[in-house]
Amino acid sequence: MDWRQLWEICSAPDNVPIVGLIPMIVTIILMVWSITLSAPLEEPANPNLTMNPAKAPWYFLGLQEMLVYFDPWIAGVVMPTLIIVGLMAIPYIDTNPLGSGYYTWKQRKFSIGSFLFGFIVLWVAMIIIGTFIRGPGWQWFWPGQTWDHNRLIYEVNRDLPDLFGIGSNLGKAILGGIVVVGYYVLGGFIVHALFRRYNPKDYKRMSLLQYSIMQFFLLTMVALPLKMMLRLAWHIKYVWITPWFNV
Amino acid sequence: MPEENGNGKNGNGTRVGLLERVKAGVKEDVQSLKTDMPAKAKDQIEGLKDPTKTQLYTSIFRHKHDDTPRNRALGVLSNVFLHLHPAKINRDAVRYSFTWGMGGITFYLFIVLTFTGVLLMFYYHPTKVQAFRDVLYLEHDVPFGKLLRNMHRWAAHLMVIGVWLHMFRVFLTGSYKKPREFNWNIGVLLLVFTLLLSFTGYLLPDDQLGFWAVTVGTNMARATPGLGHEGPFGAQLGMTPYNDVRFGLLGGSIVDANALLRSYIWHCIGIPIVAAILMIVHFWRVRKDGGISGPAPVMLASEVKEKK
Repeated sequence: MDWRQLWEICSAPDNVPIVGLIPMIVTIILMVWSITLSAPLEEPANPNLTMNPAKAPWYFLGLQEMLVYFDPWIAGVVMPTLIIVGLMAIPYIDTNPLGSGYYTWKQRKFSIGSFLFGFIVLWVAMIIIGTFIRGPGWQWFWPGQTWDHNRLIYEVNRDLPDLFGIGSNLGKAILGGIVVVGYYVLGGFIVHALFRRYNPKDYKRMSLLQYSIMQFFLLTMVALPLKMMLRLAWHIKYVWITPWFNV
Repeated sequence: MPEENGNGKNGNGTRVGLLERVKAGVKEDVQSLKTDMPAKAKDQIEGLKDPTKTQLYTSIFRHKHDDTPRNRALGVLSNVFLHLHPAKINRDAVRYSFTWGMGGITFYLFIVLTFTGVLLMFYYHPTKVQAFRDVLYLEHDVPFGKLLRNMHRWAAHLMVIGVWLHMFRVFLTGSYKKPREFNWNIGVLLLVFTLLLSFTGYLLPDDQLGFWAVTVGTNMARATPGLGHEGPFGAQLGMTPYNDVRFGLLGGSIVDANALLRSYIWHCIGIPIVAAILMIVHFWRVRKDGGISGPAPVMLASEVKEKK
């Protein structure tokens, strides 16, 4: 008997358990779930009665949660686009030939680490916050805590240029631009320093284009929690203010 | 024959002869009923013990059902539904611990959603007057209507989770690597379309939940750079609430009847067609790219002995 026969099994009937039994189990689970729990249905749609909080479907609550920290054009348009494009870029910037077709942490620490950070820490965690913790006025209510619709939180947010006492629009635009560009340059340099030390093989394999795309997506992803930190720790609303857009 | 002719000459005899002949014929027929029919029936009942030899069976199934590798492969290959599935499969691919079964479960949920969705369409009108009433009607009067709606709703949530877990698994096993890069991209698009399918369905009950969720969701489109009237450079490029990308999505400047209709058409026709086409490509490429990914086959000496 040669190895090929061992490696490959006939799909019928050997694989029947997986393609036959699993759907049955899913059907049973779905039936029981649907009998015991009813789909939500609210009052008829009423444009004059705003729901508070008005939440997007749960799978978009990560994006809605980002609205706290970013303007809609970033949280609602640029970020989703970058997530999709970034996901699509993954196979083309991950040049590591190892770890294809099996689970491994040792051989792919960097790529798995980045993905877990993006998927679990950012995406899933923000959905959990948006779903279970945000209440009226998109304020923070712990699970079990009563939703107080009249609760007001006085937060005085500042913009980064205010900290430096810059008043002119031109000055604000220039300072913000410097900070944002500076973040990418300095951050890129730090990532470069770490990456070529800890992933020398990947660094060597990657083309300049692959390397810069990886840097861009990584830094943009990390910018998200950094901006959140700026807000939570120093009440900074915008970093970069221009007449057309704010970051 | 000559005897019959002889009898036929006599006028009276003709009648008698005819009667005799009919009698004899009937006797023969009765005899044949008594002997032939039971024999045939016996034969055929005997034949039914092996139904695979009947014409009916062989007309449906084009090959024998012997337990040989060839016939087992043919059983998959010559069936239009099964042939989408490989006849032979990497044995690591059928381990739940490797695939989590998530791709298959996601596809199965899509089928469940299509089935329940078509049934729901029988009772639903995408108009402001009817939509919400139809949902109430489904919940309270249509037999199993509530179960139908619940199943559609929960299966949709499960499908979103299924797609994410599938992507997560594919990432962890590095299955997007060469030669599967393109199929990962198809998968990302399918993820987007799954979310859009779910999102377009959200508005259809025309209740407060759906209305405000879609209001919040589409308000983001206002801020699209260059294409939304509140987005960066939108106003400079001539965007107003009445011509920007949000207006195009909703068919109006507010979430109203047109938005309901558009959402319905995208949900029931537009996106399912696109998603189904992408699924065909996705499954096709899984096989063309070498089946479900796995490590280079390794065989243990002990396995060779066991597998004789």
